[in-house]
Amino acid sequence: MNALAEQEAPAAPPAHEFVVNAAARRVPTVVNGEPQVPYAGVGGYLPSGRKHGPPIRSCASYPANGDKRAASLRAALEKCGLRDGMTISTHHHLRDGDVIAVETLRTAAAMGVRGLRWFPSASFPSQREVIGLIEQGVVHHIEGSMNGPLGELTSRGGMRGLGVLRSHGGRWQAVQDGEVHIDIAVIAAPTADPFGTADGSHGPSACGSLGFALADATYADHVIVVTDHLVPFPCIPWQIQGNNVDCVVVVDSIGDPKKIVSGTTEITKSPDRLLISEYIARFVRDAGIMKHGFSFQAGSGGISLAFVQYLKEMMKAAGVKARFVRGGSTKYLVELLEEGLTDYILDGQTFDLAGVASIASNPRHVASSPFTSYNYHGKGNIASLIDVTILGATEVDVNFNGNVVTHSDGLLLHGIGGWQNCLFAGCTVLAVPSFRDRIPVIVDSVTTLCGPGELIDVVVTERGIAINPRRTDLIEATRGSALPIRPIREIQSEVEALIGGKPQQPRLTDTPVAVVKWVDGTLIDTVWQVG
Amino acid sequence: MQPGTIAPVPEVATAGRRGADVRSDVHVSVEPTSGGQIELGIESKVGSLYGDSIRVDVMELLLTAGVKSARVQLEDQGALPFVIAARVEAALRRAGHATGDLRPARSAPVHAPSPRDRVRRSRLYLPGNEPKFMLNAALHHPDAVILDLEDSVHHDEKDTARLLVRNALRCLDFGAAERMVRINTWPLGQMDLEAVEPEGPAPILIPKVEHERQVVEVARAIRRFMPGRQVHIMPILESALGIENAFAIARADPFVVALTSGLEGSTAALGVSKTAEGAESLYARCRLVNAAKAADLQAIDSVFGDVGDVEGLRSWGERARALGFDGMGCIHPRQIEVIHKAFAPSAAELEKAQRIVAAFEDAQRRGVSVVSLGTRMVDPPVVLRAQRLVAEARRQGLLLEVEK
Repeated sequence: MNALAEQEAPAAPPAHEFVVNAAARRVPTVVNGEPQVPYAGVGGYLPSGRKHGPPIRSCASYPANGDKRAASLRAALEKCGLRDGMTISTHHHLRDGDVIAVETLRTAAAMGVRGLRWFPSASFPSQREVIGLIEQGVVHHIEGSMNGPLGELTSRGGMRGLGVLRSHGGRWQAVQDGEVHIDIAVIAAPTADPFGTADGSHGPSACGSLGFALADATYADHVIVVTDHLVPFPCIPWQIQGNNVDCVVVVDSIGDPKKIVSGTTEITKSPDRLLISEYIARFVRDAGIMKHGFSFQAGSGGISLAFVQYLKEMMKAAGVKARFVRGGSTKYLVELLEEGLTDYILDGQTFDLAGVASIASNPRHVASSPFTSYNYHGKGNIASLIDVTILGATEVDVNFNGNVVTHSDGLLLHGIGGWQNCLFAGCTVLAVPSFRDRIPVIVDSVTTLCGPGELIDVVVTERGIAINPRRTDLIEATRGSALPIRPIREIQSEVEALIGGKPQQPRLTDTPVAVVKWVDGTLIDTVWQVG
Repeated sequence: MQPGTIAPVPEVATAGRRGADVRSDVHVSVEPTSGGQIELGIESKVGSLYGDSIRVDVMELLLTAGVKSARVQLEDQGALPFVIAARVEAALRRAGHATGDLRPARSAPVHAPSPRDRVRRSRLYLPGNEPKFMLNAALHHPDAVILDLEDSVHHDEKDTARLLVRNALRCLDFGAAERMVRINTWPLGQMDLEAVEPEGPAPILIPKVEHERQVVEVARAIRRFMPGRQVHIMPILESALGIENAFAIARADPFVVALTSGLEGSTAALGVSKTAEGAESLYARCRLVNAAKAADLQAIDSVFGDVGDVEGLRSWGERARALGFDGMGCIHPRQIEVIHKAFAPSAAELEKAQRIVAAFEDAQRRGVSVVSLGTRMVDPPVVLRAQRLVAEARRQGLLLEVEK
């Protein structure tokens, strides 16, 4: 077989061996050539050994005047020794407005490089061009998140390797533990200096925090900072330290500011979602969680934003102040801070212009990172210090297990985000409609297990609130509340009667297309190819 | 096909909506064929989870309707079974099939007729041809839902909406909400009535009433159609003439339980526009309240159109209550709670009323005809008002809280 034929012949899919993990899910023993540890239960797997580290470098190899500018992204990639089979990482703080991640992979393609592992902290619909690069063999597989079109491609078996889904904390853990060795990190930075010091809260493409890029900057062999706003040294504040950076590339634009921050983050107008938000706020109050010095986390979804507004009124009425809140920050959290209803915002990512302005100017609005917030292989993390966290889900089952990556038809469409990490809060609330279109959200068994039921405390739907029977304390605390607190199976039956019964089994094959990592790097479940 | 014969032009009949913004609905097309078989094509957003059950349900409908040869195509955006049934039936009827009885099995609870004077603070309008708003309406706890066949339904869709509303009444549980239907004006309204009345909604709302005969013809049709059935009727007065005839309309038939104001119409008739304060309609609304009360009926105010303006709604509701209205319409579920609060007696009001009622009962026990509270004598009309307020508060479920 000649070289050309070898390249063009589709590689035979590797035969997988499976084991059944502690959650009774079948997971492969080897993923993309790496042996895996099956999920062993919450806290069931204890790591050993020492953290991974990048190679030791010397100042002698870098310009003494600190000017690390490279002529272009290609020149920087060449300088960092990009070649076949490497791992390239990018971050998603520019969200759907980012142009640098795709430009990096496109440049790699132009250089003739193949078989890359792309390791983004999240992917977005605007990055659908990567589908072509996967088909050409430039990208072998994605580890991080496969959202929207990339998820669908993965589900249909379009990726050469297995996708690996990790939480934000799991991504840090994987890098720190050496599960994923990053060869080249490309960090799009809204402001940077020629030394590589970089910040996200200033510049025409400001996005707020750059926390997701910190693991990459710390652990990658090579680090390239790409900016459209170069300032003379020092770039203050310095979220990324230039001491970790190999090259700085200046481009016209790192992204579309309109898509980086929406400018307006809208509260839902859906009456059912507003009802869910109101139920959650009343639950937090009635369960006694809303007390002086408490903390909560709520993201940027419509339900979360409305929840913050309802809770705010209740906090004012009760004269209660929070010690800290965690975002994704939005103007609604910023208002809480400015009105003195919380001492601090600890911000993982910044969702709107009000959030960006606040993090740039208010010392009580502090950027956090996946290390401080979420990393399970650390000496604790912020997520478990939080009193109550509001999360979404695609499915939850009658044993409170949650799914956040696939839909009931088996299609992979979402990343995990910080979802798994947040389950360790004092009270974890899943805010979900009881059905979407005709599809029930409360199911007998989740299509893909992402979070074990023992960590999910409350499911709030528009038809009522189900408290996990393990949480007798919450059941006791809300006894006598006017809230519609009901057994989860009762809500499930009511929905099934409305929608015409349980759904049929979707057609899934026995071919794995991706795996879901638990926060400790073990395999909690497998995503199967859709038939 | 024989040479020289002309093939019949297949007529395609459709019902339901399609498109990216459509949810919980299904578009059905029916094309007669000559092949002697049913070709059923289903394209569904939920196909991998409900495709089999949709196929079974639709085939059963087609067989029941006696369809032998047709090409039937569904484009489904997650419609529930009662919606699919309504759309298939509508398309078949439009295609000229005599469908027979295609009503889905009743799964909604059967309601006892509601008392004439039940609490009617909030009545949530649900457009009769829009399934998605109907599904969860009850969860927002309106006192009533109005399944609307009139203004919110396009003229070309009256037939499809009628079947959808009929099926909704059979299959959806509206909880404690009173289930009302706003029919069209006669003669269209008669077809509405015949479709929905057997499902037992109460009351029937008659739009654009100007003369008592409009009420009489509806009441007669109901008696003819459903002899012995006790049905509530609520005429909506939407014009200057309707307002002038309010008292006659109120007394047109014993089925009438309330007069309702439809201000968009009456302001148009006056040639003025509707404002948040409502000064332009004050006379009409007062006249309506007076006519309703003179006939011992409830008076129900119009809707407040700006969903975003919670303060405006609250203040409108409070003023409406002060004028003597018993409730008002709503166009969004988030208005319900605001309206309930606006129409609730205040704690002080209620407390005073309870003291008056207690003083009256005390006087009755002692055989004294004069009721006094402290040093003040209380007139009989004041006692009556206090009794009504306490009874109303009890119905609204407010009294237990206050007594605590």
